[in-house]
Amino acid sequence: MMEQQYPIIECSSVTKRYGSRTALNGLNLTLNRGRIVGLLGPNGSGKTTLIKLLAGLLVPESGNIRVSGMPPSVETKKIVSYLPDKDYLNDWMKVTDLLAFFADFYADFDRQKALEMMQRLGLNPEDRLRSMSKGTREKVQLILVMSRNAELYLLDEPIGGVDPAARDYILNTIITNYSENAAVLLSTHLIYDIERVLEEVVFISNGQVMLQSSVDEIREQQGKSVDGLFREVFRC
Amino acid sequence: MKWAFTTDRPIYAQLVEQMTFAVVSGEYRAGDKLPSVRDLAQEAAVNPNTMQKALAEMERQGMLYTQRTAGRYVTEDVAMIQQIKTKLAEQQVADFLAQMGKIGLTKDEIIALIQQS
Repeated sequence: MMEQQYPIIECSSVTKRYGSRTALNGLNLTLNRGRIVGLLGPNGSGKTTLIKLLAGLLVPESGNIRVSGMPPSVETKKIVSYLPDKDYLNDWMKVTDLLAFFADFYADFDRQKALEMMQRLGLNPEDRLRSMSKGTREKVQLILVMSRNAELYLLDEPIGGVDPAARDYILNTIITNYSENAAVLLSTHLIYDIERVLEEVVFISNGQVMLQSSVDEIREQQGKSVDGLFREVFRC
Repeated sequence: MKWAFTTDRPIYAQLVEQMTFAVVSGEYRAGDKLPSVRDLAQEAAVNPNTMQKALAEMERQGMLYTQRTAGRYVTEDVAMIQQIKTKLAEQQVADFLAQMGKIGLTKDEIIALIQQS
């Protein structure tokens, strides 16, 4: 229980460059547990880069990143459940293969829970990823990621490219499966659809945090939705 | 229960309002046990912490109460529910009259209209 004294995410002065392009520019961010947080920003603002750094897939040029007090490492990967922004699983895999794969990789994977959710979606154990529609594939990947008893869920564009009904399903799955001890950080530009599910939002722009606030604070103070504020702040 | 939200006000305030309507309309009756925060949040598709905040506010107002470990209930104080209902109705009437005033109707004309419909 020691690690719970630390915020789930702490970034200080994090800079990440791709060649001459600066993706994150001295970013500072602290997030606490028990929240569903939206990571919002226009295309190219650094959302995916930040998520990949937190997931331990990228290393920053400078600055400090702590996940539950630890630098991104094998240890943090045990408590971080990450959903990439594109298909990443082998498409020849059947539902049973996927369950076995996740159970093999992650000690905190709740296979029974994943199986039940897949059955509720009407999937059979013998169904292959390849044979599923894009929306179903995205649901399957989310089910796998949310079936881990992780402390931090990093969801990169979990609702991009699926129809509104699938969107509702995905949001529902997130609400139902996160626990008070965990945090969910999800990036999206479909703010309108997701706003009610978020407690807090982080706006990033040009690789820096420009606003961190609760959704209701924004509504209270600005008299407009987060979506409305986003459109105003990032007007092209 | 049907949930609808506008974009210009805090979500928790709208939850309080809609839950209050559910209580005064008798959808949830005096003494009824409420679904869990998680179930309500899921039904309304809102963040569970926001739902929690709304229910806590209603508790503070006395409309709900929590029984240790057993869950959250609607108050058994029927008089209080009636009082809130009356207050809400009065507000609606005041808003209605204000609107009719804008159209330029007198009180007698409004009453005549109501009796016709």
